[in-house]
Amino acid sequence: MKTTAILLIAAMSLTACGNRLGGAGAEGAVDLNAGGANAGGFVPGSANDPASAAYFKQTVGDRVLFAVDTSTLTPEGQTTLAGQARWLASNPGYTALVEGHADEQGTREYNLALGGRRANAARDYLISQGVAADRLRTISYGKERPLQVCSTEACYSQNRRAVTVLAAGAGV
Amino acid sequence: MTELYKAPLLRRMAAAALMACAALVAPMITPAQAQLRITITDPTLSPMPFAVPTFVARNAAAADLSEDITRVISADLSNTGLFREVPKDAHIARVESFDAPVQFADWKAVNVQALITGSVLVEGDGRIVVQFRLFDVVSEQPLGEGLQFVGTQEGWRRMAHKVADAAYSRITGEGPYFDSRVVFVSEQGPKDARLKRLGVMDYDGANVQYLTSSDAIVLAPRFSPAGDKIIYTGYESGFPKVTLIDVASLQKQTVGGVDQNMSFAPRFSPDGGRVVYSAEVAGNTDLYLLDIGSGATTRLTTAPSIETAPSFSPDGSRIVFESDRSGAPQLYIMPAGGGEGDRISFGEGRYGTPVWSPRNDYIAFTKQNAGRFHIGVMRTDGSEERLLTGAFLDEGPTWAPNGRVVMFTRETAGAAGAPALYTVDITGRNLQRAATPAAASDPSWGPLLP
Repeated sequence: MKTTAILLIAAMSLTACGNRLGGAGAEGAVDLNAGGANAGGFVPGSANDPASAAYFKQTVGDRVLFAVDTSTLTPEGQTTLAGQARWLASNPGYTALVEGHADEQGTREYNLALGGRRANAARDYLISQGVAADRLRTISYGKERPLQVCSTEACYSQNRRAVTVLAAGAGV
Repeated sequence: MTELYKAPLLRRMAAAALMACAALVAPMITPAQAQLRITITDPTLSPMPFAVPTFVARNAAAADLSEDITRVISADLSNTGLFREVPKDAHIARVESFDAPVQFADWKAVNVQALITGSVLVEGDGRIVVQFRLFDVVSEQPLGEGLQFVGTQEGWRRMAHKVADAAYSRITGEGPYFDSRVVFVSEQGPKDARLKRLGVMDYDGANVQYLTSSDAIVLAPRFSPAGDKIIYTGYESGFPKVTLIDVASLQKQTVGGVDQNMSFAPRFSPDGGRVVYSAEVAGNTDLYLLDIGSGATTRLTTAPSIETAPSFSPDGSRIVFESDRSGAPQLYIMPAGGGEGDRISFGEGRYGTPVWSPRNDYIAFTKQNAGRFHIGVMRTDGSEERLLTGAFLDEGPTWAPNGRVVMFTRETAGAAGAPALYTVDITGRNLQRAATPAAASDPSWGPLLP
């Protein structure tokens, strides 16, 4: 009985998310049932819904960070990506665009290439964890879309990232 | 002895499309008499005092225009840092007629060394006629022939630039560059959501026109050698792709291989027929060559490292580029047909965005070292490295058509940081901010207009 309920909720949240995702840094799902908690104790599509993009972003973790000039995954990054892979296995209705980003300490061209490396490092790891290659695409934004705008390492460390952005759909 | 030629302009300026140039008088000077000279690489150089009395308006309709043209000529020369204008209120001589004898004693008395005189006429059909002469006040001789330009009123700035170019070239011995345009990225909005669009302007910031909307990120545009096309990296499809835009029609076309995830950093070959660019496949960025006519692409590098920011030598035989195969970005030169390449940068720090001078004497580059960015130049074999600038973030040099001035992007630090365009001489002198209507980055200097 409980299993049935969760499947139903997953399907609902998928519908709720479908129109919102696909852009850079999607903010997650629309809450269609605001205020209406269900049998599982969470609002479908909310960050408490394990099948929601918001849950993926906040709880699974949608991003991994890199050291200066590297595209090597940290152990922490690998853990995050393994979690992403498990989530994608449980939620086959999603594809993902992996965005590679760089901090501003570098030329525009080199940072585009470096962002490409980072996105692919994350993609390759997701594939190694069982995600089908045709569910994943990559894009580099180089230094064009910083998350944090200060010019110190505190911001740079957040900007050197690969972000897995979900989109509804079965394949790329 | 009249030389007529067409000056094909960008369409938005097409009203000025006919410009005629005629020599006014036979030169009265021999090279031995030419004492008026600036050698721009002379480290002891001090700006040469010059005067450009307001050009004589040959009819009433030319009154305002003669003031405007004179002002642009003066600004062109003064902004080089090589010349210093003797202000008009210090002038003793009054130039009432273009053909009146020059009062050399009056100009010497106020320490003028170079004198530019001229006249402006607005003809009945609206065309304007600009005449000018350049004099060496010290030797009391004309320097070169007088010249006459004919064009439409919309093209008046170009005629002023042509006059200033002639004066600059005769005195420095360098090629002209004032009558040229620059393509750049105009930027608006916050740092984490910057809106970018392509702009084209005269080298001095006048006549700005925009070529794209701000709907998609656009990066690093480059002029074709003829100035009729621009190639850039655009996100119009959602993904970064090398895109060609026709300056007159604004027609766009994505170019490059379909299997390439991302293509970027394009630059034209000197003949304009090919484009060398970077493409990323499965995380690895290499260099490719595209033949624009046939659409055929050739892979030039096959290393697992990043190869990007390619730039042809002026004769088209070699390509300088950036690679991190040694562990950090450095500069390499390979034959235009591809190959491993020879490393030419060996100093401390990271080197990027090499650009071959149109004169073939230097390669300009971006250098990152000890937390600062620099624009520098080195010989094409990597020797004689010299840094021209230093700041929080300087990058992306582009050469003036004469290979003696470099324009680049300088971005300030922090949340409110914004980019602007700057120019600097290859000597490192005369750092100046270029005028743009908004924040601007990624300049590419186009060819000298005909």
